[in-house]
Amino acid sequence: MGFQVEKQGDVTVVYVEGQLIVGNRQALKQKVLEQLESGDRKFVIDFSNTGYIDSSGLGVLVSLSKKIREQGGELRLADLNEDLRTLFELTKLDTLFKIADSREEAMVGL
Amino acid sequence: METKLILELPNDLREIEHAVDFVMKRCATCRLHGSKLKFNLRVGLTEALSNAMLYGNAKDSHKRVRIEVIVGEDEIKARVTDEGTGFDPDGIPDPTSPDHLEKCFGRGLFLMRELMDEVHFNESGNQVTLVLRSDGGADEAGGEVDGA
Repeated sequence: MGFQVEKQGDVTVVYVEGQLIVGNRQALKQKVLEQLESGDRKFVIDFSNTGYIDSSGLGVLVSLSKKIREQGGELRLADLNEDLRTLFELTKLDTLFKIADSREEAMVGL
Repeated sequence: METKLILELPNDLREIEHAVDFVMKRCATCRLHGSKLKFNLRVGLTEALSNAMLYGNAKDSHKRVRIEVIVGEDEIKARVTDEGTGFDPDGIPDPTSPDHLEKCFGRGLFLMRELMDEVHFNESGNQVTLVLRSDGGADEAGGEVDGA
């Protein structure tokens, strides 16, 4: 379980392996904020290898999205499985984020 | 035949994943639909434990959280009790309302209520009981709620 950061052109892609939960949310937040402070503005978080996100994980994504927007950037989400999409729909966070079916789709026009 | 599980956890967030995995394995005999068991129960139990440790026990490492699970053929009942002073579940705002949508917290109780068939709190608010049944009810959302 962990996070990998990869630069693809001017887009920073963060891969979430396993789960994004109360026990590791701060690690993700720190990684993304480090990139934001170093000047990155375009972010995609890839959930293709993520099994579960809890409410704390959702909260961290909301927080990061706000901070990135405040710096003139954008955060998009990609490749959520059916259960994770359900979480975003139930909480109406699907109205707050651009959610793409794949990382490649998320990067289009970013 | 019913199976009863009782777990006592230290107030350590790292324990949640192991405890939920343990309960999920023991619930495999229940007739609940696969995704309802794997997804709804996991979300409900994880959020209940997280709330108990973060808010109920206020991150106090000296406190503990107790889980009691009764696994029947058609129903799972999970009771999570913390050692805090409790709270008023009706005082938690709807996180999907426009005023609260961009808040970074407050979605745990909402998810429990959406994904479980019943959610009950004791009078003092330091114990929550979650019920999940195989007979319709909360399939992926829309559980019946009886808070506080």
